[in-house]
Amino acid sequence: MSAPTLEVRNLRTHFFTRGGVVKAVDDVSFTVEAGKVMGLVGESGSGKTVTGFSILGLVDAPGRIAGGQILFKGRDLATLPEAEMRGLRGNRIAMIFQDPMMTLNPVLRIDTQMIETVLAHAKVSREEARQRSRDALGQVGIPSPDERLKAYPHQFSGGMRQRVAIAIALLHKPDVIVADEPTTALDVTIQGQILAEAQKLCAQFGTALVWITHDLSVVAGLADDIAVMYAGKVVESGPVTQVLDAPLHPYTLGLIGSVPSRNRRGEPLRQIPGMTPSLLNLPAGCAFRSRCPRAEPGCAEPPPMAEYRPGQHARCIHPHQEAVAA
Amino acid sequence: MSSTTATRVPAAPRVETPFQRFVSEFAASRIALLGLILFLAIVAIAVLAPWIAPQNPYDLAQLDIMDGRMEPGTVGGAGFTYWLGTDDQGRDMLSGIMYGLRISLIVGAGSAIIACLVGASLGMLAAYAGGRTDSLIMRLVDLQLSFPAILAALMILAFLGKGILNVVFALVIVEWAYYARTVRGSALVERRREYIEAAQCLALPTRRIIFRHLLPNCLPPLIVVGTMQVARAIALEATLSFLGLGVPITEPSLGLLISNGYEYMLSGKYWISFYPGIALLVTIVSINLVGDQLRDVLNPRLKR
Amino acid sequence: MTAFLLRRLIQAAAVVLVMSLLVFLGVFAVGDPIEILISPEADQFERERAVKALGLDLPLWQQYLVFLGNALRGDLGRSFVFNEPALKLILERMPATLELAIGATVAALIIGLPLGLYAGLKPNSPVSKGIMATSILGFSLPTFWVGLMLIMVFAVQLGWLPSTGRGETVTILGMRWSFLTSDGIAHLIMPALNLALFKISLVIRLTRAGVRETMLMDYVKFARAKGLSPARVTFVHVFKNILIPVVTVVGLEFGGTIAFSVVTESVFAWPGMGKLIIDSINVLDRPVMVAYLMMIVLLFITINLVVDITYSLLDPRVRLEGKQ
Repeated sequence: MSAPTLEVRNLRTHFFTRGGVVKAVDDVSFTVEAGKVMGLVGESGSGKTVTGFSILGLVDAPGRIAGGQILFKGRDLATLPEAEMRGLRGNRIAMIFQDPMMTLNPVLRIDTQMIETVLAHAKVSREEARQRSRDALGQVGIPSPDERLKAYPHQFSGGMRQRVAIAIALLHKPDVIVADEPTTALDVTIQGQILAEAQKLCAQFGTALVWITHDLSVVAGLADDIAVMYAGKVVESGPVTQVLDAPLHPYTLGLIGSVPSRNRRGEPLRQIPGMTPSLLNLPAGCAFRSRCPRAEPGCAEPPPMAEYRPGQHARCIHPHQEAVAA
Repeated sequence: MSSTTATRVPAAPRVETPFQRFVSEFAASRIALLGLILFLAIVAIAVLAPWIAPQNPYDLAQLDIMDGRMEPGTVGGAGFTYWLGTDDQGRDMLSGIMYGLRISLIVGAGSAIIACLVGASLGMLAAYAGGRTDSLIMRLVDLQLSFPAILAALMILAFLGKGILNVVFALVIVEWAYYARTVRGSALVERRREYIEAAQCLALPTRRIIFRHLLPNCLPPLIVVGTMQVARAIALEATLSFLGLGVPITEPSLGLLISNGYEYMLSGKYWISFYPGIALLVTIVSINLVGDQLRDVLNPRLKR
Repeated sequence: MTAFLLRRLIQAAAVVLVMSLLVFLGVFAVGDPIEILISPEADQFERERAVKALGLDLPLWQQYLVFLGNALRGDLGRSFVFNEPALKLILERMPATLELAIGATVAALIIGLPLGLYAGLKPNSPVSKGIMATSILGFSLPTFWVGLMLIMVFAVQLGWLPSTGRGETVTILGMRWSFLTSDGIAHLIMPALNLALFKISLVIRLTRAGVRETMLMDYVKFARAKGLSPARVTFVHVFKNILIPVVTVVGLEFGGTIAFSVVTESVFAWPGMGKLIIDSINVLDRPVMVAYLMMIVLLFITINLVVDITYSLLDPRVRLEGKQ
């Protein structure tokens, strides 16, 4: 088997602020094969968005990639010169952002924003570029794409804007798409449509999709694999059904328990006590131990990532290896 | 970023009074401190001018017309060195600048204080009365602010004529609106706070609510605006005097000194205009530096 | 758009009316209007004729109506000094002032935008800090003194540029312009730069703040995620967004620039409206002062209107709201 489309190995992205080093991403590893969907799950502040930006080489000062590798078809993106990285960005690796109201430039027409993307990576005529943009809009289900091309972003609804953003991401049929909570800001019905669209297109083009979300129910229906992040670290990873049915890490279990629909009516909703720790001056050891019901003195040592079941890894010294009814 | 400030707060074990904190935060900027020192030095020079100036530039008996238009550094007939040269009347420029600073500062600070009193009262009235009074006052403010200060002042002086009091009056007219807007803005915010409601529920007299509760809270922005307006007033007065509409020739401010040197400049006698200009510049810059830092210290939300 | 324009026009007319009342009261409340509006050298016959023409024998509110009626017909009185209609005098000198103000505005944009852009993109570089420090100086320097220094250095010491006047002019559409001859441009450079001083600082600050704010926007990051070159991101995605506030402020400042040209014109003996008004004030030529004031008010309102329309053309969001 050849190299996977995207392999992130021990990625560390740190922000060197005046108050100290913020380890936003601290040892994150996962692999995505062509045509597969990887769900990157975690609470806000867990480092999932920074992981996404790291893959695209878009981490801004004072942040930088402090260690690890991002292998794209075997090439390490973390050490790639900016000029080469720019050639890949939007071309082989694309990104979809969280808030569609903010991702399109309000003062430029849709056609300007699409055509420039085509021309950035393909030596084609303007007319050809316009043609491709129109086709891409049609692909994501935007009616009368010719007219819509001449419109400004504010003339679109949120769902439509996200479709435009997806169309822009798809322009060069990329090998990897990083989608950062692309449905969070949308209505539930629109969310369903976008999800179905994403799934269809990835299968069609063999795109490796990294789907960043805090919503486990989205991942459950969409992803093949899942990586759960907490305080900058992946605490559990594995095939999505296995992880959701039999979580190893207490945090994953808590996260699953917090999904309201999984609770029985009338019972109080389950929750994880406490809050996510500040990433600045994080104490050594398991970051979750202050909120963990199973915490023990050994948790003060940094727990290693270990494979407890075939393909399912967890960063915990006392995982739920017995079958737990979540 | 927020996490950095969050961790810094408990790191200050010793208890500071608000004033001490204000002083230390202000002094954190070297350049602002320099501005303050410069400004204090300028004020000292202006106040002490009659005692420290080499001559009284308005005592005609001390002037020697033979010493007219002497270059900086030459020794005059009176036996002392004209470090900054002399003007056409044989007046020592250094002494002229020291006395000129007095006029400039008096006009600048005086107009700022009166404008502040007028503007703050009207702004407070607008905020407290609300309704028609408020909209009438604020319309006036808008009108005043939309019209360039230099023109308004020019027209007022055109009709009233020259004179220190007239200049102060004109400056008050063009400046009160800034204070009114500032005070009304912060008073409106404060008015909605619970503690004002509580004070009202206790049936405290209006006067007490305004002076003990509302006004102190409007003070920080008022101080910032006031500092900046003093600099603006000094610059405006200098401009008006340069145009021949400001202070009378008997009480020359820095602007008038510069104006006097205008005609000699074309013949290369630069110092008559140059040095008063430098004095004016240093005065305005030092006030602005202090004002800039005051704004940052007194209102951290209002960062540029 | 039509409704928007109509509403703005009615607002503008209301402001003109209020200002005319203020000017009227300013002239008539301060001292004796006969003293103010009629030349001190006029004989008894002329005085009576003027009193009649101005309706000074009527009650105050009727006098205002007469004043307003005359103003609407373009009659704002006659200059004592030139013995010509005040309005004509001002209109004759308007092109010179407009030329100076436009020159200053263009200079402010040409100099201020690139510097502000640089300072916004590299906020921590020493060059940016230098730019920002200089811009503080630009706010603090007294314009007239800088004008004098410019003359001293470039006209007296170096002899590169002429110190005063407009130089050679070309007449187009009945108005004389300097910017079409090389001599005229040489005369224009220093006054325009002098007048631009404050605006350069303003443009630098606005641009820098705008760039720093826009660079944080998601759509800029998205543009980078599309693999666009830094130049395209900066000049298309960032620049077009910051142009809107900068153009608005510079446009609104245009009225202030014309007002402030009073100072620059006096320093450089530039024969525009500003020099006329200062000369008129010095000889108490009051009809010219009244006419100037009314013209300036009119100019301000026109500028505000034009800026509003330009703004709506630049920002698609505003434009479409107007349509609906």
